[in-house]
Amino acid sequence: MAREILNIENLFVEYSNIRGKVKAVRGVNLKLYKGENLALIGESGSGKTTLGTAIIRLLPSSGYIKDGKIIYKGNGNEYDISKFNEKDLRQFRWKEIAMVFQSALNSFNPVLKVWDQIYDTAKAHGISNRSFVRERAISLLRYVQLDPERVINSYPHELSGGMRQRVLIAMSLLLEPKILILDEPTTALDILTQRNIIELLRTIKSDMGLSMIFISHDLSLAAELADRVAVMYAGAIVELGSVEDIFYRPRHPYTLGLIKAVPTVTAGFRELYSIPGSPPDLINLSPGCKFAPRCEYRRSECEKDEPTLVEVGPDHFVACIRHKEINNGR
Amino acid sequence: MEDRAIIQLDHVSKSFTVRSGIFGGRKHMQVIGDLSLSIGKGEVLCLVGESGCGKTTTGKLIVGLIKPTSGKILFEGKDIWSMNNEEFKNYRKAVQIIHQDPYSSLNPVHRIYNILSAPLFRHGIVKSKSEAEEKVLELLDRVDLTPPRDFIYKYPHQLSGGQRQRVAIARSLTLNPKFIVADEAVSMLDVSIRLSIIELLRRLKEEMNVTFLFITHDLAMAKYFGWEGRIAVMYLGRIVEIGPTPRVIENPLHPYTKALLMAIPEADPQVTRSKKPMQLRSLDIPSLLNLPPGCSFNPRCPFWIEGTCDREVPNMYEPEKDHYVSCFLFRGK
Amino acid sequence: MKAKEILRRIFIEPLIIISRDKAGLIGFIFLLFILLLSFVGPYFIKLDTEVKLDKIYQFPSKEHILGTDNQGRDIFSQIVNGGRDVIIVAFLAGLISTLIAVSLGSLSAYAGGFTDTVIMFITEIILTIPQFPLLAVLAAFVRLTNPTMLAFIIGFLGWPALARAIRSQVLSIKERDYIEAARVLDLGRIHIIFSEILPNMLSYIVISLIMAMTGAVYSQVGLIILGLVPFYGHNWGLMIQLAWTRGAIFYKGSIFYILSPIIAIALFQWSAVTFTRSLEGIFNPRLRAGE
Repeated sequence: MAREILNIENLFVEYSNIRGKVKAVRGVNLKLYKGENLALIGESGSGKTTLGTAIIRLLPSSGYIKDGKIIYKGNGNEYDISKFNEKDLRQFRWKEIAMVFQSALNSFNPVLKVWDQIYDTAKAHGISNRSFVRERAISLLRYVQLDPERVINSYPHELSGGMRQRVLIAMSLLLEPKILILDEPTTALDILTQRNIIELLRTIKSDMGLSMIFISHDLSLAAELADRVAVMYAGAIVELGSVEDIFYRPRHPYTLGLIKAVPTVTAGFRELYSIPGSPPDLINLSPGCKFAPRCEYRRSECEKDEPTLVEVGPDHFVACIRHKEINNGR
Repeated sequence: MEDRAIIQLDHVSKSFTVRSGIFGGRKHMQVIGDLSLSIGKGEVLCLVGESGCGKTTTGKLIVGLIKPTSGKILFEGKDIWSMNNEEFKNYRKAVQIIHQDPYSSLNPVHRIYNILSAPLFRHGIVKSKSEAEEKVLELLDRVDLTPPRDFIYKYPHQLSGGQRQRVAIARSLTLNPKFIVADEAVSMLDVSIRLSIIELLRRLKEEMNVTFLFITHDLAMAKYFGWEGRIAVMYLGRIVEIGPTPRVIENPLHPYTKALLMAIPEADPQVTRSKKPMQLRSLDIPSLLNLPPGCSFNPRCPFWIEGTCDREVPNMYEPEKDHYVSCFLFRGK
Repeated sequence: MKAKEILRRIFIEPLIIISRDKAGLIGFIFLLFILLLSFVGPYFIKLDTEVKLDKIYQFPSKEHILGTDNQGRDIFSQIVNGGRDVIIVAFLAGLISTLIAVSLGSLSAYAGGFTDTVIMFITEIILTIPQFPLLAVLAAFVRLTNPTMLAFIIGFLGWPALARAIRSQVLSIKERDYIEAARVLDLGRIHIIFSEILPNMLSYIVISLIMAMTGAVYSQVGLIILGLVPFYGHNWGLMIQLAWTRGAIFYKGSIFYILSPIIAIALFQWSAVTFTRSLEGIFNPRLRAGE
């Protein structure tokens, strides 16, 4: 269980635009273990999607890895993904790590039928045996509870949002990757469909023993599926721990604030508390803790040096100098 | 309740014609079917439903952006589409909307001052630039954009999502409205920002005695914002259940409402992982172009009664006080 | 203070934005050069009309930097004096087509229904008529005594394609949430069209104006070369026509005579088109805010 499959070391990712350099990911250290579900939680601009796309090296053209390593451990070897060239990447994507993107509709070419997209994907990664791909595609589509014959001959727009998401998940499994990265897999979907996708992902995990990384702004997705949760703020991980630690024993003021700001439907009416202010500008970052301006536990020291992750419990890490005072949970 | 109603929908339906394919004929897409609803002064009504259920269309009908195909929409007892000019002007001022996306609801070419002062000048609330400036500063202060002088001459793109949504709210307040339709007003915002906007809306409701129609897909948010009001659950253009918020959340009656509550993922691992979702008969939502006969939930409903649910549209039954449900399971109760 | 602010917004900010896009900047510099040459140049360099039989078809020299023509006249002085009318006609024609296109296109989109159908029907009819032959025929019938007249004819024929583009732009902007908000706030049609919709299309409209100008340059030069516009004066089109009819292609030495106006026209067109790249930025408040 505790064998690591991915090890991100001190990763920095930046985007350049007219105004300057956007420091989207700043010094992230993160391990992914075999067979675990890791959730990257954060708001827009927290760097969670950048981190996810950096792992599979699909950053937009203005983005680049400035420093750090992304070590992938598979087939008994270690590779640094950040040093891969285009050819290596083609060998690597989908076969070792696959990604399901946020917008299910935009991930499809609107003028190609589902089968052509599946086959093109397989061909691009060196598998051109039609009948083999077809057989595998059909069994995967059936596995994600779709009618394969109907779906395979459909155009993307003929499918509902939930069906498209299931097709994308099926496609991502085509080459049997070891790691699956899912960016907001349920965000645009209806509640009943969300539930269905969640159940599906749960089944996939128990059947195939994949490692999964979920990227989401939605705490409830992490609560549903994650074994471990990494909470990101302004490009850095501020808290990392088991799902129980994060939801029941949060030790970072930001995590605590998020949990206190999210309404629930079950268990009566509960007052909620908002976090004042808004996230910082990632171009002109001030020194010190980036959450400090919004933090009710702020002290003058907070504005001097940025706190680093310290272990506060078994496999529970927090980047806050006042973590000792925040241990009452909710 | 009836005489204190500010907005009433009287058997309203709305269809759009869509062309299917190049040679296909025109088809009617019924987005709203026979909707009757009464919203009392000072009330909060949450309209909850999934995408395509017609909740946004209902909002647009109420603010008069589109006309109903049949039925009437009454503002303070008068049909808005047969009002005289002056009455319609008053209605326009009184009923405002807050959109979902703060990035497209503010015109990018105008400064905040221009966005907020245009309606003030147009309706003669202010006469001079200095008056307008003063009033705009006051509005910005009211929506917590403080200090207001830092915001008044900015362009929308210089503000964050939450700040833009506050400007949009300020704009909806320029004409001292009595009724505000908030169409998914917080769903595009980040979790940490969402709640502060909700708190702002709550405060405005108290301070200005505004009636709210809060349209959302998020049951938890509806519960939080509308705890003292009512929730109406929409499915495929009809209201299937309506009642006081605590009753609908704690004692859902319609199978669809139950299915939603049993399925909704929540930010609590123990609660959410122990949910036992309802086994629906079908995962797919019927198309609006081809609605099933009878109750529109019948093809998915595990409790359907063959020969009844797929033939007739159920009436609204009232199995407990003020809590209505449109489902044959409650006929005669 | 106030004047300084206005100065900054009208001149300095746009210059800063123009300087951000290299291609746009080069276009801007060339365009400025051609405009200065054509509008200020004539005050310093008089048109050389004196026939000098001893200097026919000379190659460039210190005295005549672009050489001389078939009658020994200085070509450079002809280039300097030949741009003004071409550019004025192009600008007027472009302005007229753009004005018609913007008014009809936005009216059509905003009013919808019957008005829309009628306007679009007329637009499509004009669009189907081949422009240049019609211009040629018209030019033969209408007595074109001055450049303004020519500009009007070109302008009145040049708007339909742009009108359709404007219509579709207005249709898309009309659906935006801020237009809905303006309707609910009862801001009125005039305000919505002129204050909410059109400012969002300003860069598009100005770019279209420049494109319409370049179109008008080709139309008028084409007519002049064909000899269909007999108006007096001196311009680049006339230079090409004269060079052509005086058999310039038969003489080796005449290459500068025929190439000079062609290059002048091409350079003007190219710099105008390239300059449009910068315009996007000038009208975009996102870039203007001076961040």
